[in-house]
Amino acid sequence: MNYGPLIFLAAFFALASSWFGFVLAPQVQVGRLQQTNTLVLSLTYPTARPGLARQGLDVYRASGCAACHTQQVIQTNTVCQVFLTDAGTNQARIRALLENLAGSVEDEMILLIDHSKPILKDATPEGADDLVKALTAAGAKAYRENVALGPDIARGWGKRQSVADDFLYDYPVMLGSQRIGPDLAGVGARLPDENWHLRHLYAPKSVVPGSTMPPYRFLFERRKIEHGASPDAMAVEGDYEIVPATEARELAAYLTSLRADAPLFVAPLTVPPPPPSPATNTSQSSAGVTPGPGEATTNAAPK
Amino acid sequence: MSVKEINFSCRLPLLVLFISAAIWLVICSALTLIASLKFHSPTFLADISWLTYGRVRPAASNAMLYGFCLQAGLGVALWLLAHLGRTPLAGRGLATLGAALWNLGVTIGVGGILGGDSTGFDTLEMPRYAVVIMFLGYLVLGLWGVITFHRRAQRTLFVSQWFVFTALFWFPWIYTTAEMLLVARPVRGVAQAIIAWWYADNLLVVWLGLVGIATVFYLVPKLLKVELHSHYLALLTFWMLLLFGSWGGIPGGAPVPAWIPALSGAATVLMVIPLIAVTVNIYATTQQIVPKTPYLPGLAPHYLPLDTRRLTLSNSLRFLLFGVFAFFIAGVMRVTSVLADPRPMLRFTWFDFAQNQVQTYGFFAMIMFGATYFILPQLTDTEFPSPKLIRAHFWVAALGIGLLVVPLATGGIIQGFQLMNPTIAPLTVAKNALHFLRVSTLGDLLLLLGHLIFLVNLAGWASGFYRARAAAAFAVMTEDLFKPSEAPAS
Repeated sequence: MNYGPLIFLAAFFALASSWFGFVLAPQVQVGRLQQTNTLVLSLTYPTARPGLARQGLDVYRASGCAACHTQQVIQTNTVCQVFLTDAGTNQARIRALLENLAGSVEDEMILLIDHSKPILKDATPEGADDLVKALTAAGAKAYRENVALGPDIARGWGKRQSVADDFLYDYPVMLGSQRIGPDLAGVGARLPDENWHLRHLYAPKSVVPGSTMPPYRFLFERRKIEHGASPDAMAVEGDYEIVPATEARELAAYLTSLRADAPLFVAPLTVPPPPPSPATNTSQSSAGVTPGPGEATTNAAPK
Repeated sequence: MSVKEINFSCRLPLLVLFISAAIWLVICSALTLIASLKFHSPTFLADISWLTYGRVRPAASNAMLYGFCLQAGLGVALWLLAHLGRTPLAGRGLATLGAALWNLGVTIGVGGILGGDSTGFDTLEMPRYAVVIMFLGYLVLGLWGVITFHRRAQRTLFVSQWFVFTALFWFPWIYTTAEMLLVARPVRGVAQAIIAWWYADNLLVVWLGLVGIATVFYLVPKLLKVELHSHYLALLTFWMLLLFGSWGGIPGGAPVPAWIPALSGAATVLMVIPLIAVTVNIYATTQQIVPKTPYLPGLAPHYLPLDTRRLTLSNSLRFLLFGVFAFFIAGVMRVTSVLADPRPMLRFTWFDFAQNQVQTYGFFAMIMFGATYFILPQLTDTEFPSPKLIRAHFWVAALGIGLLVVPLATGGIIQGFQLMNPTIAPLTVAKNALHFLRVSTLGDLLLLLGHLIFLVNLAGWASGFYRARAAAAFAVMTEDLFKPSEAPAS
């Protein structure tokens, strides 16, 4: 008996199953993803990148930046914190609630007064919500904060994990597979200065000492100085100056547009406090706030 | 149909396929070496846009995959279909044209990547205009393969035929899917990344696996003059490879719906079944003639018969057994990488890159070398000029792969641990990995040397063949000249 056609059919179905699973099903699930609203402020997310940045994506693709840089922040866990913003007038009730949380009376006093410290740390969402409810019932004002955890977050590469929504309008989607340099998913939030990026592309070591990134001088052009050096000049060589070519400007615009940090339902992030907000950001230094200039250098080091 | 006729029918297309494959291999090595040297000095060739790291690296991997792996794989596949079907290769003129088209496509594609026209998708970087030509070439080649299969005189099928025939069909399926949905009419968002991962996995694990394993299942028993240990194990390998191999490839922690990497990880772990099945099957096959030894099979070739004809054979056997060993290692590395992934550790490191190199170089390329050294002398009845050079090729390539992969894998694991620790600055992590990368440059150099030896071997063989043909033709042409002088004597 000739089993040939039967075998062929079976092999065909075995292989086709993966096509249904990993081509068709994802297309149905995420291929039709629409814009969503961010938590709290209800802004539309994501929005298409501005024109120059869109063209910069092509420079990023053509130069193969994705060979060394990923755009995927990985989050290993999420914990919740509770902040007290206003203790209200029912002091006895509030103190009773805080007593369970604080180790000593001094701690309890600090919790009551210093609103920059969370009164509850490393909690589950349910636990945090319960406390917020209890405090609200007692007339105080408190809010819950979600803190993303993981080495990438701690390095300041992003505030939350990368999710499908972040890449909705990009073509091609270049998630990258190797971290020879740092992750770039949130580089625009970390290093928002386009001129910094231009200097870095022209001569990486000039802004990041010891950088292992190759210079991208072919994105810059050498032109004769006509009426005094241009303010954008990277370097002046006699009568000539080095200025960024269009590609360099586009790439810098693209890099600064990379800021996947909107709080979304699928990736909840710090819910900003109600209007009178006492310094919540500073309390959260480990969760990746925009670093100062000194920190910026270390964070972006081997780009 | 005599074996001679079958061999004659394969001669021209296979000659074109194997020699172009060898040339692509050298090009790939040269590009890899440039990429590797950039880790010694970032400014090395940095001012030339088409030699920047981000273009050289994908150009090298595309030259390797499409220039060498698929090309040599197709050559071996066509030969297997003709031989196992006991029928001459159909349409050999057109098949040669297909090979020429394929090479034209790969040339344009690699040039396109260097010129900045990469599509930006891993393993699919070739621009659209090159893909069309390449795909046309594939269709022509594949079509004649299918026709040869259809015309087979030997109706009962050997397992290798299942493998090869399925591979012939599966490539156009995955390639058109990926090109249609990523390049021609792109889907939105991360669905692109999922499809690209699916394609890369199906090419590297399923396609290369099917063709490479088909080759060892046929050639190893043939070279040892024994039967394949177990056909049932071989069939199990086939079905498991199709079922689980095609579902792999999507890394944990990717920004996609969580069920996708979970399913993919489970399938990758289940790939240990075909992995063990292949290794056991080949090991048991070798044990049929090799006495029990404390050494690994394949590293003890002196146990094999040693007359002159078999010397070449045992040389190609060496490559094949190394390939099976690397197949096992590559599989174990893939599973390790998946199991380490819940807290993504080895992802984004050099470990996955090393795994990829074991799969393409250690497993597939080595098996293709072994097959080439076996097949070519049969096509023309011309031996390779120097068995010593073949042995040299083996040792240089084996050492090169070792020196490439071991430092990268070790460096990758260390890099993984350091990336997990946020107190270590990313620049420090990158600099620590540099030491390992610089050692692996030695491996790249050795591989380049090995590929040059391969090319020299092929060139020596081809020139030997054509010299013999020219001498024969000359003898026929000059027969008349000598006749008069011979006539009086007789």
